[in-house]
Amino acid sequence: MNLKELYQEIILEHGKNPRNLRKTDNFTRDAKGNNPLCGDNVHIYLKLNDNNKVEDISFEGNGCAISMASASIMTDLVRGKEEKEVKEIVTDFLDMIKEKDELSTELLNEDEKTKLMCLSGVKQYPMRVKCATLSWHTLTSAMNNSQEITSTED
Amino acid sequence: MNIDQIKKEFPIFDNKVQNNDLVYLDSANSSQKPRIVIDRIYDFYSKEFSNVGRSVHYLAVAATNLYEQTRNSVQKYINASDKNEIVFTKGATEAINLVANTFGQKYLDEGDEVLITELEHHSNYVPWHFLRKSKKINIEFAEVNEQGEVTLEEIKKKITDRTKIICVTHLSNVTGAILPIKEIVSFAHSKGIPVLVDGCQGAPHLKLDMQDLDCDFYAISGHKMYGPTGIGVLYAKKKWLEDLPPYQGGGGMIREVKKKGISYGELPNKYEAGTMATAQVIAFNESIKFLEKIGIENIEKHEKELLDYAVDLLGKNNSVNIIGNPKNKGGVISFTIEGIHPHDIATILDEDGVAIRAGHHCCQILHEKLGLPATARASFGVYNTKDDIDQLNKSINNCKKIFNLK
Repeated sequence: MNLKELYQEIILEHGKNPRNLRKTDNFTRDAKGNNPLCGDNVHIYLKLNDNNKVEDISFEGNGCAISMASASIMTDLVRGKEEKEVKEIVTDFLDMIKEKDELSTELLNEDEKTKLMCLSGVKQYPMRVKCATLSWHTLTSAMNNSQEITSTED
Repeated sequence: MNIDQIKKEFPIFDNKVQNNDLVYLDSANSSQKPRIVIDRIYDFYSKEFSNVGRSVHYLAVAATNLYEQTRNSVQKYINASDKNEIVFTKGATEAINLVANTFGQKYLDEGDEVLITELEHHSNYVPWHFLRKSKKINIEFAEVNEQGEVTLEEIKKKITDRTKIICVTHLSNVTGAILPIKEIVSFAHSKGIPVLVDGCQGAPHLKLDMQDLDCDFYAISGHKMYGPTGIGVLYAKKKWLEDLPPYQGGGGMIREVKKKGISYGELPNKYEAGTMATAQVIAFNESIKFLEKIGIENIEKHEKELLDYAVDLLGKNNSVNIIGNPKNKGGVISFTIEGIHPHDIATILDEDGVAIRAGHHCCQILHEKLGLPATARASFGVYNTKDDIDQLNKSINNCKKIFNLK
């Protein structure tokens, strides 16, 4: 295991200064997620425009550096994407965290992929995978407008 | 008391964990096991195994005797007045569920109050919560003060004429506060209210004397007392065990079963339905012997020294914030570091072989009160040394370095 791989500079920076940590005005969809074992929680706010594009996305909540950085990077990357595209990116990210070596989506450029791959260090820490995935699962719930609280323990 | 010698009795320390010497600071969660306990399980299954209390063949009789010997040992260890006051359960959780279920069934009605504290582990809250729905009872919380303790005065304040039972922890698994159980029990009894004590953290670290404490119920966890998992003890005064209804139905707990009616067995069988964790109960006797050999007074003294050393060292480490400052405190230190989430602390410490716990430690009520979603916790056992505390401090400094803190 390698702590440097887990706590890369970019993770620490996003963890310390998360982007989009606020509440979107006039959001159209939202969902809450929590991680019961550690108490991490996140609330995702989504504003889709008439063309089903993400006009704004933001989050509130607290958690470890990994979960805050993951939510921060995620919200940056999906802004401006269409609903269908967001779903593809979420699936691709979750597949990468679970088993695949690389991201395969063509909806992100190389820089964006590099950023996301910084989170791949959690693969070596099975107990921490849920920290990285919480906001992504919660985003899926928000897209589906699910009123149920997303839990990483189900 | 020679800690190096004692540590050698725990095989877990013979091996490296991820190429590091193990610094185990998670005993409040579960303790490590001495060789005699591990060997006893192997030996029992290899040479002596039989179910207990049923057949009359040689192995069955011998196993039954061994099983009952543990009951005698526990009785002696906690100074209960009768061996039938010792009921084996699968853990402290089941012990508390047993009381909540049977006491609730018989004595709790709509509007009655169960008084617990904000320090309680979920296992001393959730079983009572069930009765909110089934019996429409209310649960009242004695509040924790700034030192992280619950005082006798606070308990007194929360008692009303609807209070039917008081359920309190002996030693908080978060702040380490040791509650004045004897005083609480004495006051509660003067009002005719029984007291249940969650002794999960008390039993492994404090001298226990049921007749002196005079509590009505005391729940014990075996795996936190250097014993196997899957075994706990409910101590209950005989009058309660005779008075309350059975908890689970099944083999072993009956006297006579007819189509038209069933009568239940004598104590302690009444509360031990089905095949129990036989091997674990028998091995638990070795844990008691282990504790007796060292002497609980020596363990208390050793853990107090470690605690004082750790509070001093971590207290000097700026950015480390220790949660609570109870006057009477056991070997548990919960802390936060400004700017680093407890999960990140735990992961980074683990890289050095330092095993702590991060999270809410099954005490969400307390963490909500503290305004913290999570804390990091180091807790001590008989095998810990000052070197372990030094390593903890060193690893905390490494955390701060990774997160660019001073």
